[in-house]
Amino acid sequence: MSATTYWYCLRSIIVREGLRFLHQRERFFAALVRPLVWLAIFAVGFRAVLGVSIIPPYETYILYDEYVVPGLVAMIQLFNGMQNSLSMVYDREMGSMRTLLVSPLPRWYLLVAKLLAGVAVSIAQVYVFLGIAWLWGVEPPPLGYLAALPALLLSGLMLGALGLLLSSFVRQLENFAGVMNFVIFPMFFASSALYPLWRIREGSPALYQIAAWNPFTQAVELIRFSLYLRVDVGALLWVAGCLALFLGAAVLAYDPGRGFWARRGGPAAEA
Amino acid sequence: MYEAAIPAEPPPIPAIHGPPALAVEELSHSFGKRMALDRVSFAVAPGGFTMLLGLNGAGKTTLFSLITRLYSNRTGAIRIFGFDLRRQPTRALERIGVVFQQPTLDLDLTVRQNLRYHGGLHGMSPSDCEARAREELARIGLADRGDDKVRALSGGQRRRVEIARALLHRPSLLLLDEPTVGLDADSRRHILTHVRALCREQGVAVLWATHLMDEAADEDSVVVLHQGRLRACGTVRAVCTETSTAGLPAAFAALTTGEGRP
Repeated sequence: MSATTYWYCLRSIIVREGLRFLHQRERFFAALVRPLVWLAIFAVGFRAVLGVSIIPPYETYILYDEYVVPGLVAMIQLFNGMQNSLSMVYDREMGSMRTLLVSPLPRWYLLVAKLLAGVAVSIAQVYVFLGIAWLWGVEPPPLGYLAALPALLLSGLMLGALGLLLSSFVRQLENFAGVMNFVIFPMFFASSALYPLWRIREGSPALYQIAAWNPFTQAVELIRFSLYLRVDVGALLWVAGCLALFLGAAVLAYDPGRGFWARRGGPAAEA
Repeated sequence: MYEAAIPAEPPPIPAIHGPPALAVEELSHSFGKRMALDRVSFAVAPGGFTMLLGLNGAGKTTLFSLITRLYSNRTGAIRIFGFDLRRQPTRALERIGVVFQQPTLDLDLTVRQNLRYHGGLHGMSPSDCEARAREELARIGLADRGDDKVRALSGGQRRRVEIARALLHRPSLLLLDEPTVGLDADSRRHILTHVRALCREQGVAVLWATHLMDEAADEDSVVVLHQGRLRACGTVRAVCTETSTAGLPAAFAALTTGEGRP
């Protein structure tokens, strides 16, 4: 197995993911409309309610719109991670994941490739959203768009790995709505995406603790700082650590010898 | 169309040397307390055509899942051309092409995009994929449908594309799990004739799982699974002789009634 073998494999997985995404126009619009609704409606309404003081990485007073954009970027990635998780469960039930898994390449590599493909799709959506946000008047420094790329890659991988791990726990497609309720919403609302952490502390010290430990908060801050050309080292380490943890656990869960399939059977669990 | 390519007289089968295409040795697997496979052993010769017969729930799908390494066996061994699936999964999986029971093509992608995806998964370069896709599509009589979406194809055509896909990376062992389920009689016959021709002309070893007795020919090797156990293994004639029955359906019925071994 040479390096080109690995490259061809990764390439074909990314191409397929991209083609599938292009074919699902509804998914593209849903992915785009969701943060835009937050930006155009929620943020406008909240602008008056929530004053944001000068906190790093911002150097001046900012409008709420500007505060919320990195959070919405992370939200796109969170939804994408969960969407991929959903499609993993779907592929598993429909059997099409088997075509992936009979590849002679190591299974961890196939999972990472799948993850990267999902992140590539999410990053494309993020930049479209950032473009619209720019038209809306949220204008981070131009270099920030470039500086955010590694942060988006890391946070996308972390949220994707979380989705991958969750997909190994979800036995059937029907159970997926529950996962959404128990993962996406708490993660999103108990984070610094919509309001700064110090604001949460004023309301509830306990919730503040939860939000501070929430990997999604760290992803939001990583993106926020990078977009304004700063590095939040704490968030960087936290996100990287969670990525290692989630990915490691997901690889174990999908391992042919130790994973869930060996215990309870294949897709649809026939005899 | 492609039937015309099949010669009237099959060429002589070349002398077989080396390890079997597939060797299953003392293979057991359980899910919790339920034994899905119980000490199953059999072999498929290189270039040989073997029918794996069993009712639903006999353990065929578990066996396929183990051979395709969806999950690993805990006891026993599976060897593909001598390569142990647990110790050398890459060398073993490179040699296998699989057609799964459930359809696994992306309906919204074109035939060629589906084949390219598969080729990439096996580490084939785009140009190699393209050339092989052309060859295999011509072989199944769908050369002009490469740019059509899979959705536009009939059930039988989709199955043929799946077979073409399974052969794209030139495997020496082709596994098919109930490939004719849900197809009409005409398509069933087409698929079977096609795979037999592949076996004969390309020297691909075939393991064909089915519960339809009429798909087996007299000269085939058959492996009969029932409730996770191997009930018989050999040519159709030998199995009929062993069970003192006149034909495979009768032999199968004799082998799969009752709990104990025959």
